[in-house]
Amino acid sequence: MNINLTLIGQTISFLLFVWFCKKFVWPPMVNAMQDRQNQIADGLAAAEKGQEAQNVAEKEAAELISNAKTQAAEIIASAEKRGNAVVDEAKTTATSEKERIVASALTEVEQEVHTARESLRTQVSSIAVAAASKIADKEIDGAAHAGLIDDLVKQLKAS
Amino acid sequence: MASENGELTGAGYINHHLTNLTYGQLPDGSWGFAHGAQEAADMGFMAIHVDSMVWALGLGVVMFCIMRSIAKSFSSDKPSKVQCFVEALFDMAQDSKDSTFTKDAKNEWIAPMALTIFVWVFFMNLMDLVPVDWIPELAKLAGVGYMKIVPSTDVNIALGMALAVFIMILYYSLKIKGPIGFTKELALQPFGKYLIPFNLVLELVGLLAKPLSLGLRLFGNMYAGELIFILIAMMYSASLSLGVLGGVAQLGWAIFHILVITLQAYIFMMLTIVYLSQAHEKH
Repeated sequence: MNINLTLIGQTISFLLFVWFCKKFVWPPMVNAMQDRQNQIADGLAAAEKGQEAQNVAEKEAAELISNAKTQAAEIIASAEKRGNAVVDEAKTTATSEKERIVASALTEVEQEVHTARESLRTQVSSIAVAAASKIADKEIDGAAHAGLIDDLVKQLKAS
Repeated sequence: MASENGELTGAGYINHHLTNLTYGQLPDGSWGFAHGAQEAADMGFMAIHVDSMVWALGLGVVMFCIMRSIAKSFSSDKPSKVQCFVEALFDMAQDSKDSTFTKDAKNEWIAPMALTIFVWVFFMNLMDLVPVDWIPELAKLAGVGYMKIVPSTDVNIALGMALAVFIMILYYSLKIKGPIGFTKELALQPFGKYLIPFNLVLELVGLLAKPLSLGLRLFGNMYAGELIFILIAMMYSASLSLGVLGGVAQLGWAIFHILVITLQAYIFMMLTIVYLSQAHEKH
């Protein structure tokens, strides 16, 4: 229990150790821990940035998909329209063609009828003439009855 | 050297264990180691406890070299187990400082000092767990008569550290508050300007009580613990049954002491921080 120089010695040693600790032990530890704090902070920031980028990319992707959908719908609609147009056109063409064919057929038929009538008339007249000549050969003088025959021919021609 | 005449008595045994290896002026005028407790006491202030100083400094140097080498090998991305342990100590010191000091009171010496105190006091206390006879007996074989291996059971060591803390209290009080502010704090509290002498006495007593209580608390706890270890050790030489009982008692006391030495180191650290934070507070 004697108080002596040990007291002073311990005081000085203590202050020296504090100085030593402050100068040589503390800084490397503080630096290492600071580094780690920074690394962790950086990592977290990077993760956050990545998350943000992902969100943006997701939004972009959603936008692209919706755009593509509208485009596809537009394309389908226009294709349908085009299809309808083609069908309509075909219908119109077919109708006009039909009309044309029918018309030409009608004309042809008319012509045929006309020709047939013409030839029939000629034949009838010649038959009539032949018949008349046969009769005339027997009973009628051609010159006497010429007027009658002409009337007959005229009547035939008119009919 | 159990007692002066070589006789092994209980009182002599205890006395021997409580005597430091003291270097100073001998009664015949020459300088040398004291041959007994009385001679050591007679040397007065101009003497030094060689064992306390050597153990304290030795422990400090070894411990700080270890801490320094660990600190140098610190890596920020792959901490080893030892590093994690040291970091926990570091955090404890830093947190103690941060939780006590106000935010605007910046002092980067406090946390390293807290770490120094905790680790050093802990290691000095830890010597308490070495069986009390081992190293003194070895020293006796080497021809050294007295050897007290627990520095913190030396009142000089405990008060020496408290004195350093006291110096720091005064230094920071003067630095932060200025001589006038510090004087005002001592003179004008707690009873205002009409009772200045009374205030001064009260505040000075309070100021001086800080280092005294700080040092004596550590010393008292460690000294009492050491004394009980010595008393238990005396049981070994009594009889077989007492010896066995002593073994059990020593084990129990040692386990309990693990708590005590850690707690005392922590208390010393915490009180130092608190005193210094008071020194930083402006009124």
